[in-house]
Amino acid sequence: MDKLMNLKLKVWRQDNADDVGRFEEYEAHDISPDMSFLEMLDVVNEGLIESGKEPIAFDSDCREGICGTCSMVINGAAHGGQKGTTACQLHMRHFSDGMTITVEPWRATAFPVHRDLVVDRTAFDRIQQKGGFISVRTGSVPDANAIPVPKDQSDLAMDAAQCIGCGACVAACKNASAMLFVAAKISHLSLVPQGQPERERRALAMVKQMDDEGFGNCTVTGSCEAVCPKEISLDFIARMNREYGRALIKKGTI
Amino acid sequence: MELRNSIDGGRGLYDTFVQLMDFITGIFKTSLGRKYLMAITGAGLFGFVVMHMLGNLLVFAGPAAINEYAAKLQGLGPLLWVARIGLLGMVGLHIWSAIKLTSENREARTVEYDAAVEPVDAHRRGDIVAKFAARTMIFSGLIIAAFAFYHLAHYTWKVPQINGAGADFELFYVAADFTTTLEGGEEGKDHADIFKMIVTGFKVPAVSVFYVVAVGLLCFHLSHGLSAMFQSLGVKNKNIAPWMDRFAVCASALIFLGYISIPVCVLAGFIK
Ligand code: HEM
Ligand code: SF4
Ligand code: FES
Repeated sequence: MDKLMNLKLKVWRQDNADDVGRFEEYEAHDISPDMSFLEMLDVVNEGLIESGKEPIAFDSDCREGICGTCSMVINGAAHGGQKGTTACQLHMRHFSDGMTITVEPWRATAFPVHRDLVVDRTAFDRIQQKGGFISVRTGSVPDANAIPVPKDQSDLAMDAAQCIGCGACVAACKNASAMLFVAAKISHLSLVPQGQPERERRALAMVKQMDDEGFGNCTVTGSCEAVCPKEISLDFIARMNREYGRALIKKGTI
Repeated sequence: MELRNSIDGGRGLYDTFVQLMDFITGIFKTSLGRKYLMAITGAGLFGFVVMHMLGNLLVFAGPAAINEYAAKLQGLGPLLWVARIGLLGMVGLHIWSAIKLTSENREARTVEYDAAVEPVDAHRRGDIVAKFAARTMIFSGLIIAAFAFYHLAHYTWKVPQINGAGADFELFYVAADFTTTLEGGEEGKDHADIFKMIVTGFKVPAVSVFYVVAVGLLCFHLSHGLSAMFQSLGVKNKNIAPWMDRFAVCASALIFLGYISIPVCVLAGFIK
């Protein structure tokens, strides 16, 4: 086993949504390089609980990079800045002994902080509810391959469908723009036959909800793509822009 | 239904009208619509910047060439006004959407991160942090706008107090050969001596320096703007993106060199 590490943490603490919040410093002792970042926080939290202090609140669920809940900005980079990696999949071996690590919540007006590192990401749910689905008849399961989907289209749709809704794109963007997320969702369904009936309505409605939630506007900085744990491509934002233009011309309004 | 029939007898005009209004609302009232506006007006202004530069470069072909060109432009009459109003409209829409989008962006992120960006893979920092040109678009833009205003006062409205040359450009006229200086020409009758105006104007070092700085900022703006424009219009993808980025950088560099060659050559005494 590799040498255990001792680290200093500077963590954002905020008791509730109304609290102004502050940074607090902690020490993390005997951290194995094989631990994930969240396991390291677990160790720190156990220490805090033992000494009668309030543990650091953070979100996590799957801990295998698929649920998208483990939102945290580590040393200024959403999810820590390793290519295609969520915070739960980030190993402590990327950090060096004695280092100070700053941990902050996502910062976006549309993602208010609930507590410590936990932010309210229901804005994404509301965007999804406006069109990130297809309406299908109920009834028996359709035959497999009843609807032919061209391979290249389905590959591209699956690339977009990778998005786990983690919000890192918003967190990293200097404008707190949600366009990478929305682009992934709109593109995914616009690329497959099942998504065609609601194609225009979806683009118009999801973009409108995105605006109403108070996310910023894309200025093509590429920060989102760089931190996205699912490596969603900026190309999808161009595709969303096309989809939106198409929907405006064909339909005009939701 | 009744209203619709009373308007167009059910011929669909009403629907078309409603759809057109929806389209306009969709452009002006939504984030993506404004990005389209930004990109289309940006493209139009870029077109103007290129044409204006090509026109200006005629100064290297001598007084006759540029003075005749200027006279032809003036001779366009109403068309010239159409172009001017079109340009003003584009500038207005570009600035309006720029201010609107930028202020929304500020509101969307009111709390900045405390830590400087230090990703675990240090080499990825450059990809994660927005480039300087991208972060300063509103400032480069507003300074260009201020310069454009000064530039109009300098050479179009010919305000003598601001040219620093102690001359009144209003009095610079040429004879019908477009070369010989004409004393006491008449506005509307004789042709303006654009060549002499350029030389006299740029002979003032401070004026030339301001000009070079402003053109530099414009090209800085375009180095990001032109590549962003393709994205906003939805025509970018990973295969052609590197070429679009190269186009943005090369076009900006050429525009910079093209414009500054004139004050530089005037100051160096190559054009006199
Ligand atoms: C001759 C003058 C100008 C030209 C040729 C020009 C060109 C462009 C172009 C091509 C774009 C890219 C559009 C897009 O993002 O899709 C752009 C963006 C922008 N321009 Fe201009 N512009 C000019 C003047 C101005 C002025 C006066 C302002 C001041 C308010 C301004 C502010 C902006 C801003 C804030 C953006 C958005 C940047 C982004 O999305 O990253 N521009 N401009
Ligand atoms: S686009 Fe990427 S960063 Fe944004 S929510 Fe989806 S997975 Fe997360
Ligand atoms: S905890 Fe599920 S992605 Fe990190």
